[in-house]
Amino acid sequence: MSAKADSSGYKGEALNVLKKAGCAVGDVIRVTTREKSYEGILIPRSETGDTTHVVIKLKSGYNIGVHITPDTKIEKVGKGAKPTFASPALPEQKPDLPRVVIMSTGGTIASRVDYRTGAVRSALSASDLYGVVPELSDIARVDTQILLSLYSENITPQHWSQIAQATAQHIAEGVNGVVIAHGTDTMAYTAAALSFALQNLPVPVILVGAQRSSDRPSSDAATNLIGAVQAAGRAPFAEVVIAMHETVSDTAIVLNRGTKVRKCHTSRRDTFKSVNATPIGRVNNQEITMLTSDYAKRDPAKKLVLKPAFSDKVALVKFHPGLNPEVISWHVEKGCRGILLEGSGLGHVSKYCFGTIEDAIEKGVVVALASQCIWGRVNMHVYDTGRDLLARGVIPMEDVFPETALVKLMWALGQTSDAEEAKRLLKTNVAGEFSPRTLPETIGNEGGDAANAN
Amino acid sequence: MQIDYAKIGLKVGLEIHQQLATAAKLFCNCKPDLFKENPEIVFLRRLRPTQSELGQIDPAAYFEFQKGVRIRYEANRETSCLVEMDEEPPHPLNMEAVETVLMAALMMNAEPVDEVHVMRKTVIDGSNTTGFQRTCVIALNGCIKVGDKAIPIQHASLEEDAARKTGDEDNGKIIRYRIDRLGIPLIEVATAPVIYSPQEAQEVAFAIGKILRDTGRVMRGLGTIRQDLNVSIPNGALVEIKGVQELALISRVVEYEVQRQLNLLRISNELKNKVEPSCLTEEIVDVTHVFKQTKCKVIQKALEKRHCVKAVKLTGFAGFLKCELMPNFRLGTELADRARFWGRVGGIFHTDEMPAYGVTAEEVEALKKAANANEDDAVVFVADTAENTIDALKAAVERAREAISGVPAETRAANADGTTRYMRPRPGAARMYPETDIPPSLITPDLIEKVRLSLPEPAEKKRERLIREYGLNDKLAKQTVDSEYNTLFETLVQESRVPATVVAVFLTETLKALKRDGLPVEQVPEKQLQDLFKAIGTGEVAKEAAAEVFTWLSTHECKSVQDAVAELGLKMLSDAELTMAVDRVIAANKQTIDKLGKNAFGMLMGLVMREVRGKAAPDRVSGLLKERLK
Repeated sequence: MSAKADSSGYKGEALNVLKKAGCAVGDVIRVTTREKSYEGILIPRSETGDTTHVVIKLKSGYNIGVHITPDTKIEKVGKGAKPTFASPALPEQKPDLPRVVIMSTGGTIASRVDYRTGAVRSALSASDLYGVVPELSDIARVDTQILLSLYSENITPQHWSQIAQATAQHIAEGVNGVVIAHGTDTMAYTAAALSFALQNLPVPVILVGAQRSSDRPSSDAATNLIGAVQAAGRAPFAEVVIAMHETVSDTAIVLNRGTKVRKCHTSRRDTFKSVNATPIGRVNNQEITMLTSDYAKRDPAKKLVLKPAFSDKVALVKFHPGLNPEVISWHVEKGCRGILLEGSGLGHVSKYCFGTIEDAIEKGVVVALASQCIWGRVNMHVYDTGRDLLARGVIPMEDVFPETALVKLMWALGQTSDAEEAKRLLKTNVAGEFSPRTLPETIGNEGGDAANAN
Repeated sequence: MQIDYAKIGLKVGLEIHQQLATAAKLFCNCKPDLFKENPEIVFLRRLRPTQSELGQIDPAAYFEFQKGVRIRYEANRETSCLVEMDEEPPHPLNMEAVETVLMAALMMNAEPVDEVHVMRKTVIDGSNTTGFQRTCVIALNGCIKVGDKAIPIQHASLEEDAARKTGDEDNGKIIRYRIDRLGIPLIEVATAPVIYSPQEAQEVAFAIGKILRDTGRVMRGLGTIRQDLNVSIPNGALVEIKGVQELALISRVVEYEVQRQLNLLRISNELKNKVEPSCLTEEIVDVTHVFKQTKCKVIQKALEKRHCVKAVKLTGFAGFLKCELMPNFRLGTELADRARFWGRVGGIFHTDEMPAYGVTAEEVEALKKAANANEDDAVVFVADTAENTIDALKAAVERAREAISGVPAETRAANADGTTRYMRPRPGAARMYPETDIPPSLITPDLIEKVRLSLPEPAEKKRERLIREYGLNDKLAKQTVDSEYNTLFETLVQESRVPATVVAVFLTETLKALKRDGLPVEQVPEKQLQDLFKAIGTGEVAKEAAAEVFTWLSTHECKSVQDAVAELGLKMLSDAELTMAVDRVIAANKQTIDKLGKNAFGMLMGLVMREVRGKAAPDRVSGLLKERLK
């Protein structure tokens, strides 16, 4: 949600007329055209709207757009009342509850609607959060911090470092868990990044978001947040995970390991799926169930190891039929220190690219490969092409899917300037990204099953 | 009760909703159809009241949320996609639907808006998966003439229909909805509250319904049209009545509502002299022990489930709960409705109706004693879970308090007999905010012009044309144009080649007569009428059998004209069969024929037709009869 509630969104013709009449958003205005006359509250205009309509809210509550021509008369009839909202009093903090900090990086995990103008305002202070999601006060003593205010597509590796450092600070202060509210688009990248940056965690770090904006009654935000705070406060593991809906029903919140989780659907609530792995746990009806015994245990005595540096001199090159091999050279010329190839099938890239790949490696660029199949493991010994790539020094990323492999390459090159050391880090299992065995888990998500799960 | 509505100051406003016959739903490409089979997809949701900037929350919504009420949605793949499931943003507004509303709006002399903005109207009873209904105003400030009176039309809007409730589970903790209906486009036409009598309300509704049907682009049949009424009388309250499905019921609904409000006012006047609202306390007592040996089936069943019986005293209410407000509807019924809504119980008992239902006089005495009630007091009691009984009795007490002060403003739902029941408190100020997922749509002068050119022919012109082109007489042409089947008439004639007069008589006089006899005429879809007339055209069905086939179809859903013919034994006779029938009649009347000669023809024709009516066309019979008589 954009934070532009105060700017009217009007431009051009419409803005001129409104300015001339001295009308501001929220004022009651009368618009008179040759044939008709309307009275209502002036509403902000979407930035993509044209310049020849003004939007008013009629007494009935409906908005309409009125076309502005040179003949249109606009008068201010009344001044808009400023909305007042008293935050509810902070509920009593229950001393026996775990302490959880909720950091927000953007998106609105909780918000309120101004029905008068239609503006959506985010509710991020602790008292706002308790007001909107009152259940939280029975789950944890919550502190909040607004770290960033970004759409997730605008988050960069520098922000990952910042989030990692802030998390480390809260952990040093002794919280029982950290919840990070994040836009869902690149949440899985951030989850992978934090998995590499925050090692030997004493407490859980839970990323959470919403697929339906929090201003609507059907939003998944509150259910996800409640599940995340429960896991942060009480779960027995200490890893970076994403907590979101398990199915399209508002029942279970599933906890997916940060290095193995991917956004797999553009719009569904259960968009996040573990790839080549099972989820590590589930929160259902206040109950936390671990789904595997293979996880790092919560232990406040553990000493966090913070490694928050990432290199942005890394590129992802997706192989496709007809790929121009010079794309690889271009990246090298631009100073790229690592290239992640998104190969086909078991791990292949056309022989036409061999020359530029060889060139890159010779110049000290670390070249790794993950499969665009997403599910399954790379095996470059089966066909000639794979063997040829291995011989040229391309590093196979096993069962790591491309996005996590990319983040790991950025992290490895952030830790060292030495290509060989970076390669060694790349091949080391740092945060559960490599699984030793490939199990026959479901590929993708069979809509029917998930939809029927309740 | 004879009521002078003008004198008591009745005011009624109408909101007419009708489904549009578009190819797809309003915000996605699903078929606008309902399904009867078991659902293929089921999912469970909660809706959370969102706070407005003023921190207001709809009380009913908040209550349901606090009680942890969840909604189980049912869907199938043919009629729903991720859009109805609230798992995908809506697609752009269906312009076919916009054009249909625009057409109706122009027919009602309304002014189209320049730019359409889709709004979200908060509704969190579960009937919308999103928690809001999407709605947009297409035109404003219309006016129609009903008789000599001008009725202002406030707006013509386009909105999505809601999911339909199919039941509940787990003592009301889960409500079940089917989302097939969700997203079917609806037109909403709202009049100003300038209607002053029940009869007038019905006439205005009829006039609007006629305009909508004349667009030729709305759905037909039960459940496709719903009227909401706003009814108020001075000193009473503004009561919103939702979902009157039948036009003919409107005047009765208004009459009953006026009766109800007048009776409530009378009761209030009497109670005011007797009881202070503060005398009604929520001292709820457990009376399970009173009913340990009860013969009352309902209570027995509850106790088998280890539920309890709780009771509350209503000070000074003895005798009032049995006061009738509408036919078969007493003040006690009002309390019961509230208890059902807020307490999820099946119903309540009260002492005004006791002893009854297997509850003995001794039990009533013990109950009154336990509730500390004297003979001036009433006691309300209910058997269910502890939580539900407490919620139910609190709601009953609240309703009793309101009875002292007068008529509560509320939203009610219409029953099939014209009475109404409590539905929910009246929502606060319209809680609408913009649907940001859908860009505004322009209504350009070009679009308006295009729709204007496709407007249906004005009634007067059409009447003249039907006389000219189809040879209908003046009366039949007028009846056809005024009928619900105005738009269907020409289609039927052109498709079937059945004489126009036959079609017109059937659509007007025959159907009117059938309807008068109580036949659910509107349940037969247009498609079946088309099939029926095609069959008449090909000679498969005799035109004399049309009413019989239609009658059968109206009570046999999903059956075809061919099924009707087979079931009713109306298959046309073959030449050989008909010849046999004719010969039989001739043989049986040999003497008469000999006596009368040619003059016997009329009588014989009558006798044969009596035998073969509906199975052979008269001209065929007369030809054959002449031939066999030679």
